[in-house]
Amino acid sequence: MAKTDTQVRTSLERHGLSDQQLKEIFRTMLLQRQLDNRGFQLNRQGKIPFALGSEGHEGLQAGAAMAFHRGKDVLAPYYRDLGLAVGIGFSPYEVLLSLFARAADHNGGRQFPNHYSSKKAGMMSFSSILAAHIPHAVGAAYAMKYRKESDRAVLVTCGDGTTSEGEWHESLNFAAIHKLPIVFLVENNEWAISTPLDKQMGQPEIYKRAVGYGMPGERFNGFDPIETYDVVKRALDLARSGGGPSLVEGMCYRFLAHSTDDNDMTYRTTEEVIEHRKDDPLPRFENVLLNAGIMDAGAIAQLKKDVLRETNEATDAAEAMPYPVAQDLYTHLYEGAWEPWQ
Amino acid sequence: MAVTAASKVMNNVEAVRETLYEAMKADDRTIILGEDVGNRGNVFLISKGFIEEFGPDRVIDTPIAEASIVGIAVGMAMEGLRPIAEIQFADFIYPAFNQIVGEAAKTRYRSNGEYTCPLVIRTPYGGGVRGALSHSVCIEALFYHVPGLKIVAPSFPADVKGLLNAAIDDPDPVLFLEHKKTYRLIKGDVPEGHYTIPIGKADIKKTGTQLTVVSYGLYVHWALDAAKKLEAEGMSVEVIDLRSIRPMDRTTILESVRRTRKLLIIHEDNKFGGIGAEISAMVAEDALFDLDAPIRRLCAPDVPAMGYAQPLEEEYMSSPEAMADAMHEMVRF
Repeated sequence: MAKTDTQVRTSLERHGLSDQQLKEIFRTMLLQRQLDNRGFQLNRQGKIPFALGSEGHEGLQAGAAMAFHRGKDVLAPYYRDLGLAVGIGFSPYEVLLSLFARAADHNGGRQFPNHYSSKKAGMMSFSSILAAHIPHAVGAAYAMKYRKESDRAVLVTCGDGTTSEGEWHESLNFAAIHKLPIVFLVENNEWAISTPLDKQMGQPEIYKRAVGYGMPGERFNGFDPIETYDVVKRALDLARSGGGPSLVEGMCYRFLAHSTDDNDMTYRTTEEVIEHRKDDPLPRFENVLLNAGIMDAGAIAQLKKDVLRETNEATDAAEAMPYPVAQDLYTHLYEGAWEPWQ
Repeated sequence: MAVTAASKVMNNVEAVRETLYEAMKADDRTIILGEDVGNRGNVFLISKGFIEEFGPDRVIDTPIAEASIVGIAVGMAMEGLRPIAEIQFADFIYPAFNQIVGEAAKTRYRSNGEYTCPLVIRTPYGGGVRGALSHSVCIEALFYHVPGLKIVAPSFPADVKGLLNAAIDDPDPVLFLEHKKTYRLIKGDVPEGHYTIPIGKADIKKTGTQLTVVSYGLYVHWALDAAKKLEAEGMSVEVIDLRSIRPMDRTTILESVRRTRKLLIIHEDNKFGGIGAEISAMVAEDALFDLDAPIRRLCAPDVPAMGYAQPLEEEYMSSPEAMADAMHEMVRF
């Protein structure tokens, strides 16, 4: 006997997520994929010199973003966090301004694409130096705890590659000593550019290192946004309630090359990528929503159209904006007037 | 410097301590973090008693991890606190190099002014204390190349207080260098209360007409000893204490050199690529035809650092006598 809609919907473990939230997660995932591809397209069209992909991370990032409290929490992202940025309120237009390096970009066109920051969105500024931002996140968490802002926490992300850096270790150690309100989220996509996990670490389950620091550690399926939401939300709630830091590790896969300048076929096989694409979080979650009766095929098709339109509009609007002018090279070095040594 | 009526004599350790103490009293956003700054009160006892008075939340004994001492301070600064990070000895700053150069110095710039990094990094540097290869180095040349940083290296107690206050008040990252040989050796009048000395202003510690000497740190004191000795022999040497290394006070240097027409730069750091190289280049570019003698630099030899054994330390370092000889030759040139 065919299940009724209600029966199917109760069988979905949704961890308290409403229909609206589930739809929003899906929208974030679609937007991430579309914007991600847009970066690569613009590069191949010769319009921008560089882009970084995050394809394969959509479920993880949209789920984590849903657990983030806008206007309260702080996100310390890394350069593969397009979906997290969009998921916490960074607009497609802002993403495109970054891709096009326009003057109106938050960074004024100074930083590489995907190095988003926005004080308004609560997204800290970071560089391309891996793990350098992890102690910054810890410092921000220290400030929250010091000021007794008990309803706030920091979410800091990185890939598996970053967990080899000394500052990653130093940061988790310090956060554990001071029981800071912070969640260390590792987006494990199995590759540090061309270096696979077995050349990065002798023990490949990163979350198990949490034991060594004296904090909870948990691994989850990062292709699944609902599972991600559940794990990240519990960790953030623990942090916000004075329970200290957690290390959570989402398993995903980097479907694209590291960047537009990388050729991943020099170090991994098409077969491997195709195999992992079977777990593509987008069709997977689309089916979840369909089967649970949360969205029907028509609504999904419409949403995809809307996301494409939004991406196109953002592209046109950002492309029409001016570059920074040459004199902008000299601003914001120090506060106030600054006479460069020349 | 706004000199208040009251002042008292103190050494450089006491000047740093008093300034930090007043900053902690004045603003509860001020946080001190570093190795042994709390229970031990810093290895030179600069912050002795602070942890008892201000609590372990504001005086943080960190793990031995310099990169994150600075990195966590950067994050605190980005999130509204006013951290003062301590690197126990300047020699230990290398693991924090990226956090200073790649992060603190670039925070404002890379975010187009959206995020800032009001951070002080204090560290004792310099030799003459039998500190060997890893407790005696000068690090300023490794950092003065970096736009976005400010670097100060005062060595008179009143300058130490005024510039440390300026560093703490500054909205941008400041590397504050304290010459450890001067910590207890050098005493002077220090005005009471809060005052600042602008970062980027040199100070002519002794006026003279026949030669300009530019120095900083311990060597300013030795250069003054040498200049005073020559004064008795009828030679007039001007001694400029840079105090700030970045930004550097071009105006004071150039004005002095144009007057005396000769320039001797004396510093404890290595000669090759040192601060003196930049000063020489700047004077050569802007005042070459005002000079009556080639620019000369009296600096450390091109070896990694001073050795522990006394003859190795003495060979590495200069002396008031060697400085007097160099000044003499320049004046007579």
